[in-house]
Amino acid sequence: MKHLDIDATLDSARILVCCGSGGVGKTTTAAALALRAAERGRRTVVLTIDPARRLAQSMGLSELDNTPLRVVGVDDSQGGSLDAMMLDMKRTFDEIVLTHAEPSKAQAILANPFYQALSSSFAGTQEYMAMEKLGQLQASGDYDLVVVDTPPTRSALDFLDAPQRLTTFLDGRMIRLLLAPAKAGGKAYLKVVSAGFNVFTGVLTKIIGAGVLQDVSQFVAALETMFGGFRERAQATYDLLKAPGTAFVVVAAPERDALREAAYFVERLAAERMPLAGLVVNRVHRSAVTSLTPETSLAAAQSLEQSGGSPLAAAVLRLHADRVQLAGREQRLEQRFVSAHPDVPVVEVAALPGDVHDLAGLRAVGADLAGGSQALSA
Amino acid sequence: MADFPGVRLHVVNGKGGTAKTTVAAALALALASGGKRVLLTEVEGRQGIAQLFDSPPLPYEERKVAVAPGGGDVHALAIDPEQALLDYLHLFYKLSPNGIPARSLRRMGAIDFATTVAPGMRDVLLTGKVKEAVVRRNKDGSPAYDAVVLDAPPTGRIVRFLNISHEVGGLAKVGPIKTQSDNVMAVLRSPQTAVHLVTLLEEMPVQETIDGVADLTAAQLPVGGVVVNAVREPLLPPADLVAAEQGRLDTTALATGLKEAGLDAPEPLVQALGQEALEHAQRVALEEHGRDTLARLERPSYELPLLPDAVDLGGLYRLAASLREQGMA
Repeated sequence: MKHLDIDATLDSARILVCCGSGGVGKTTTAAALALRAAERGRRTVVLTIDPARRLAQSMGLSELDNTPLRVVGVDDSQGGSLDAMMLDMKRTFDEIVLTHAEPSKAQAILANPFYQALSSSFAGTQEYMAMEKLGQLQASGDYDLVVVDTPPTRSALDFLDAPQRLTTFLDGRMIRLLLAPAKAGGKAYLKVVSAGFNVFTGVLTKIIGAGVLQDVSQFVAALETMFGGFRERAQATYDLLKAPGTAFVVVAAPERDALREAAYFVERLAAERMPLAGLVVNRVHRSAVTSLTPETSLAAAQSLEQSGGSPLAAAVLRLHADRVQLAGREQRLEQRFVSAHPDVPVVEVAALPGDVHDLAGLRAVGADLAGGSQALSA
Repeated sequence: MADFPGVRLHVVNGKGGTAKTTVAAALALALASGGKRVLLTEVEGRQGIAQLFDSPPLPYEERKVAVAPGGGDVHALAIDPEQALLDYLHLFYKLSPNGIPARSLRRMGAIDFATTVAPGMRDVLLTGKVKEAVVRRNKDGSPAYDAVVLDAPPTGRIVRFLNISHEVGGLAKVGPIKTQSDNVMAVLRSPQTAVHLVTLLEEMPVQETIDGVADLTAAQLPVGGVVVNAVREPLLPPADLVAAEQGRLDTTALATGLKEAGLDAPEPLVQALGQEALEHAQRVALEEHGRDTLARLERPSYELPLLPDAVDLGGLYRLAASLREQGMA
C-alpha cells in the first residue's frame, strides 16, 4: 500500500478538496488538515458546509457567514494563519446574480419564487456555491491554501457535476422552448417545435396552472441575461479543480458502504483527470498488543471463566479479542480497496472514543494524519 | 401489541452513516411477519434496497424482494421522479405514458426541468407516489399494502422533504399541484404516519436526532420511535468499567489474572491491555450519556445490536426479529 504523505500535500497544494459520503468525519478531517497547514506556516482558510455545532464553535464560527473569520488559538510561530467560514448558499447565489445581471433584472430574479426555490434547495446548488466560493477565496490572493469540505452528497456525481449540471440546465431545451415565443428571429426553429410545443404548454398549464407557468417563463427570461456569466464561471471552476496545485482527498471510514463510495469517488476523479492526493481512512481501530491473537485471548478468557479465575482478566481478554477482530475486519475491507486501487496513497486515522470539538483535538487528528498508516504498511 | 397499531406509513430516516436503509429493510420484514404485505420504498436513486437484498437494481416496479417469517411478503420500489410524474399524469389526467402529450413532455426535458427548478415539486411527486401506495385499495376494498416503509432522505433534509405543502406553497398558491400536495400532506400529518429516527450512540447522530425530533414536531409531522443502531454490549463488569474510566484499573490484579490463565504478563502488555480497557470504558460512558440524552425525548426507543460483519440477508432477519421482540412491529 502506498502511504499518503499528508504534510507534503499540505505544504504544496493551493486548493484541497475533501470529499466522501456522509458520516465519515469529513468535516473534522478538513478542519484538522487546515489547522495543520496553518501551523506549518501557510496562510490557510477552511470552507465548511455544515459543521457540527461544537466543532464550529471551536473554530469561532457561530452562524452562516460568507466572510472568513480568523480562528483564535492557532500557533502562528511558523508565519501561518487559519481562517474559517461556513457557506451561506443563498447569499453566495444572490451575489452572483447581483454581479452578473443588470440591476433591474437582478431584482426581478431575486424576487421570483422559482429563483428562491432554486437558490435555497436546488439539488446541486450547495455544491455549485461551494465551488464558486472556493474560486473567490483562491482569487482573493489572501491565502496560500484553501481547504474545502464538500456537502455529504450520497452520490459523488452531484459534487463534480454541479457546475456542469447548472450549465446544462440553463442551456436546456426546456428553457429554450420557454423563451422561444419571445424570440421572433428563430422562425425555422419555431416551426419545428410549435406543434409539440403547443401540446406541451397545454399539458403544462393543465398540470401546474397558468400562474406558475408564467412565473417560470419570467424567471427564465430574467436569467437568460446572465447565462453567459454562469457558463463562464462554471467552466472556470471546473478548470480550477483540474489545475496544478489542486488536490482531492477522499475520506472514508473502514466500513463497506463508505469504502464503496470512496472507490466510486476515486474512479470518478480519475475519469475526470482530477488530481487525487489519496484516501484518508478515518476511525480505524488498532491494537498495540500484537502478540496476543484473538484465539489465544478467547481461550484464556474461557479457561479463567471455567476455573473461576479473575473476572477482570477474563473481561479484558474478551475485550482485546473483540478489538483485534474488529481491526482485522476493517483491514480486510481496506485491503479490498487497496487491491482494486493499488496506486492510491492511503493514510489511516485512529478511532477516538468521542467527537473532536476543540483545537487540541483537531491538532491530534492532524498529527495522526501525518504520522498514521504505519500500522498497516509495517 | 405493537407500538404503532394504526400506522400504515413508516418513514425511516437518520444521519448519514447510521445505516437507515438497513433499519428500514428490517422494519419492513418485521411488519410483514405473520402474513402481511409490506412495500419498502426508496427515493434517492441509489439502489440501497437492492444491495441489501442481494438483488439486481430495482426497476420502477413493485417487486417482491423477500419473504417474512410466518409467511408475509416484502415488496420493494425505487421511486424515480420521472416515472412518478408519468404515473401521476396517468392517474389524474388519463394521459397514457406512451401517448403524445406524455412523450412530448419527456422529449422537451420538461420533467428534468420541473424536477430541477423546483425541488419541492420533485418531492411532491416522490411522496405522492408513496401516498398512493398507502391509500391504494384492492378490488374488494381492502388496502393493497398493510404497511408502507419509506427509506427517507437523511435527517438534515427530512423536514424539507416531507413538508411539501410549505415548499410548494411558495411556488403554486392554487391549481392542481397545490391540491395534490395538500392531499399528500394530509396523509403525512395523519395518525396513519410515523416518522422514525435512526441513530448511533455517538455525539453527532444523537444531536441530529434531538434536532430532527424538534424540527418534525415544529412542522406538525408525527414523530414515531427512535432506533439506536449498532449497539455494542459493555464487555467489562460495571465496577471495572468505572475504575477503568477513572484510570485506576487494578493492573496488578489484571497481571495476576493473565498469569492464572497461563499467559505471559510483561508490564508493557498489561499496560497496553489496560489502555484498551480505558478506551472501551470511555466509549461506554459516552454511549451511556447518549442514551440518557435520547431518553429525554420520551419517544419509544429500540436498540439493534452491531452485527459483526456487514449486514447480509441473515442479519436483516435477525434485526427484524429484534424489532418485533421490542414491539416496534
